[in-house]
Order: sequence, then C-alpha cells, then structure tokens
Amino acid sequence: MPLLEIKNLTVSFDTAAGPFMAVQGIDLSIEPREVLAIVGESGSGKSVAMLAVMGLLPNTATVKADRMAFDGVDLLELSPSERRKIVGKDISMIFQEPIASLNPCFTAGFQIEEVLRFHMGMDRAQRRARAIELMKLVGIADPEERLNSFPHQMSGGQCQRVMIAIAIACNPKLLIADEPTTALDVTIQKQILDLLVGLQAKYGMGLIMITHNMGVVAETADRVIVQYKGRKMEEADVLSLFEQPKSNYTRALLSALPENAVGDRLPTISDMLFEPAPSAAGSGPATGAAP
Amino acid sequence: MSVTVLEGKNIVRDYHVGGGLFRPSRTVHAVKGVSFSVDKGKTLAIVGESGCGKSTLARIITLIDPATAGELFIDGNKVDIARDGLTKEMRRKVQIVFQNPYGSLNPRQKIGDVLGEPLLINTDTPADERRDLAMKMLKKVGLGPEHYNRYPHMFSGGQRQRIAIARALMLNPSLLVLDEPVSALDLSVQAQVLNLLADLQDEFKLTYVFISHDLSVVRYIADDVMVMYYGEAVEYGSRDEVFADPKHSYTKTLFAATPRADVASIKARLAKKKAA
Repeated sequence: MPLLEIKNLTVSFDTAAGPFMAVQGIDLSIEPREVLAIVGESGSGKSVAMLAVMGLLPNTATVKADRMAFDGVDLLELSPSERRKIVGKDISMIFQEPIASLNPCFTAGFQIEEVLRFHMGMDRAQRRARAIELMKLVGIADPEERLNSFPHQMSGGQCQRVMIAIAIACNPKLLIADEPTTALDVTIQKQILDLLVGLQAKYGMGLIMITHNMGVVAETADRVIVQYKGRKMEEADVLSLFEQPKSNYTRALLSALPENAVGDRLPTISDMLFEPAPSAAGSGPATGAAP
Repeated sequence: MSVTVLEGKNIVRDYHVGGGLFRPSRTVHAVKGVSFSVDKGKTLAIVGESGCGKSTLARIITLIDPATAGELFIDGNKVDIARDGLTKEMRRKVQIVFQNPYGSLNPRQKIGDVLGEPLLINTDTPADERRDLAMKMLKKVGLGPEHYNRYPHMFSGGQRQRIAIARALMLNPSLLVLDEPVSALDLSVQAQVLNLLADLQDEFKLTYVFISHDLSVVRYIADDVMVMYYGEAVEYGSRDEVFADPKHSYTKTLFAATPRADVASIKARLAKKKAA
C-alpha cells in the first residue's frame, strides 16, 4: 500500500481576476522508504501541492482531489482536529528559509519540545531528554547549551538542523522537505542532504524532496516527478530521467544546467519548448503562484 | 595587447564593532590582504561561502566602501575614495548588480525613471535624451519600450534582474561588478541572464567581477577564479588551472560538496545504496 496516494489533485486560488489554477490534476504516490523528488521552477505548483497535503494553505485556496490518502486514511474526509493529529506527527515538513520559519521569540529547545508536548504527551523531563537526543541526531554540537539559543543566535545551517529535529521528533512516516538547502552554502548543503538521506534510511521514512536544483535530485532521489505550470510533465526513476528524458521540458531543464553548456550559449527553456514565452523576456510564470 | 582594467594590491578591510558598557570593542578582519588583476573584456569570478568577505571586496571594488589598507587601480589610475572622495567620472566607470532583484529596485519608481536616474545624477544629459537612451537599453537587455512606464512589481525575478543590469549599463561603465546575480533565479531564467551577460560583454567589451558560490556557473562564465576563505584568497588562477588541479584543501572541499548531475555519479550512488 502506498504511503501517500494522491489522485487528480487540483488547487485553485481566488484572485481579483478570477480563480488561478496553481495545481492542475496531479497524480502522485510514494511508497514507504522511498525518496521522491518533485522538480520544477517557481510557480510550477510543487510547493502548493505539498502544502495542500499538509493542510497549510490559506482560505483563498480551494483544494480538490479524487483521493488524497495517507496510510490508507483519506485526509480530505477528516475533521480539522483529527487531521492535526496526523500533520506534524506522521507527516512533517521542512521549509525553505530556516531562519524565517523558526519563531524568533522562542528558544530552539522550546520549539522542539512543543511538538513532543502536543503529539507525544511527554512530561518535562522526557521532553528535555528527547530534545537533547534529537539535537545530537541532527549533528548539533553542544546540544544542552544550544537548547537555550534563540534562532538569531544560530547560523542558517544550524537553524535548518533544528527544523529537521522538529520534523523528525515524532518519528514521522513521511517527511516533506521543501527546498531544504536553497538558502544555504554548497558545503552546508552537502551536510544537510547527507543528514536527510541518512535519517531517511535509518528510520525508514518516506521522503519527498521539493527542489529546483537538478544536482540535488541526482544526489538524493529514487524517483522523480517533473512539474511545469501546475501540470506533471514526466515521472521516471532517477537514472532514466537523466539518461533518457522523455518530455521536452525535462530535456530543456537538463540542458539549462551550466555544466552541460555546449559552446558559448546556454540553451534556455523557451528555446526548446514549442509554446512561445509569455513575454519578450520570457521569464516564465510571473504571477504569484508560490506562497 | 591586453589592458588591465582593475588591479588590487593587498586590499585589507577591517570593521570595528563598537563595544557596549560591558563589552569591549573588537575588530573584524573581513578582507585580509587580497591581490588581483583583471584584463579588459575578461571575467574574474570570486568564490566562497557566506561570511568569507567576497561581498565586502565587491563593495570596495565598486567604490562604495574604502579599503582600510592596500591599493586599488582602475584603468591604471590609483583610486582612494577615503582620501579623495568619489568623483562622477569614477562612478561612471564602475557599476554593480546586486544579488536580490526584489530588493534592489525602488517599488515606487517606474522602470524608465530607474534607468534614467544614473544619467540624471552623474551627467547633464537632457530629459528627452535620457528617455531615448533608456528605451535603447531596455531593448538591449531583452525588454521592450512598453515596459518603460511600468513598476517593478509588474515584473518577474528574471526581468527585474535584466532591469538591474540595464541600470548598471546606462553610464557605459568599463567594469561591472555582479554580486551573485543569478543565485535568486530559477534554472531556466538563470540560463537566460547568463546568456545576456555574455552577449553584453561581447558587445561593450565589458570587464566583469562575478561573485558567486555556485561553481557550475563560475565554470561557465569565468576566465580567472579566486577562491576566498575567511578573508583570504586561498586560490587564484585561470579557470582551467583551478578546476583541473585545486591546491588548497578548502577548494577541494568546495568541489566535493557541489552536487553532480551526470549519469555516472547517479549510477555510483545507486550502486552504493544497494550495497548498503
């Protein structure tokens, strides 16, 4: 049985100019212990689809799906309070901007313990012990000391480690990482990716990696979904995606990598796609689709 | 014969962090004696992680901040803005494009005014000429005259970065400093902007100082590469030298950390995973 199964997911936002379709009929499934990467540019709806799974979209969004089942339970039929028991516990998420997504008013330790209090019902001593254990697990040196640090006292890489500690605190079955390394340096990126993949293997989680970096996909994923303007362009296992991309869009993405440059010019997406670019500059989707 | 446009000798920059009642003041050495030179029409890439002093160096080269010590030559003339101040002629020679195209454009200024402003401040070009020049520049960077009266929020990230590049080129500078110009952009848009930069370099014989932490971009655009680590240049050489034979251990770490997207390395990873 797949861990997460989504059939025909559609998300639209109400705007002044009528509904804007951010996700248009996406099918997705992930097995336990699998690493799935979702690739696309900003505005391709990759984050919105996952936020819909988490139930974190604002009121202006309308989520429709034929089926959205996690571990056999249809998420759309649950009441909000029942859903909150799953979200954060069995499914958890890591966001792009580590420093911005932690609460600046509370210490790292408080924010880790909050999840444990809410979902696991642990008492104070148990929470503290577990928080220290988690901080060791994600590779933060000197965890007893760091529990009392505020987000502004830590570097971006450390904040992302705290985010990961919060996300894996309740031993989730599925971890969704939304561009976990985009804001970080390459050397720190490598450490965080190794950590995520290591934890995934150690605890047998399913991992969904949302990214626009083909290098990150190549280094982590088992299977890849390529999304463009809210639609799925291609789904393949990682090796065949890089060896023989089927859709024009994937081919365009791969050839836009600077390391694949032939001669002096980089091929761009609009050179390769049959449809003309939206404007003279052709800078892709401009209106606010990504949150 | 090649002409050296930019030369730095032993550039040092210290920042003094003021102390409080119970805290002594201290000095941060952001750049610790860096030397470099760039020939006309070439690109020097400066690579390093955040906090290594590469943006500080960019501000010194762009004549925004003075260096604490060391000598900076632009077009063979020694420049010292701490002593002589910044003349309009110097400002016309060096321009910068910043990292975040969302933050570097004034949201209340129309694109036409954004492009006209450098001319208004640094030259006495009349208004109608400023307008013509701005229109021409819009076309050069792949936008159209219809964009002249629009506001920054009406543009996507890639388009805004084109506007920032256009603004930097309005004064016909000989040296352009690019502080992570593509790191906030998507892959496909990044490719467009890099192509644009290459075209403009050919057309105007521009000299670039390109600051980045993305090695694949650097490999594509640079002629010379300087790797910075904690304020020091730990590696400096031609692109092929640095990429073929990195000498310093930090450069090696940097190369090892860069994700690879080729089929062979995916195969190696999957085989390793199966064995584990």
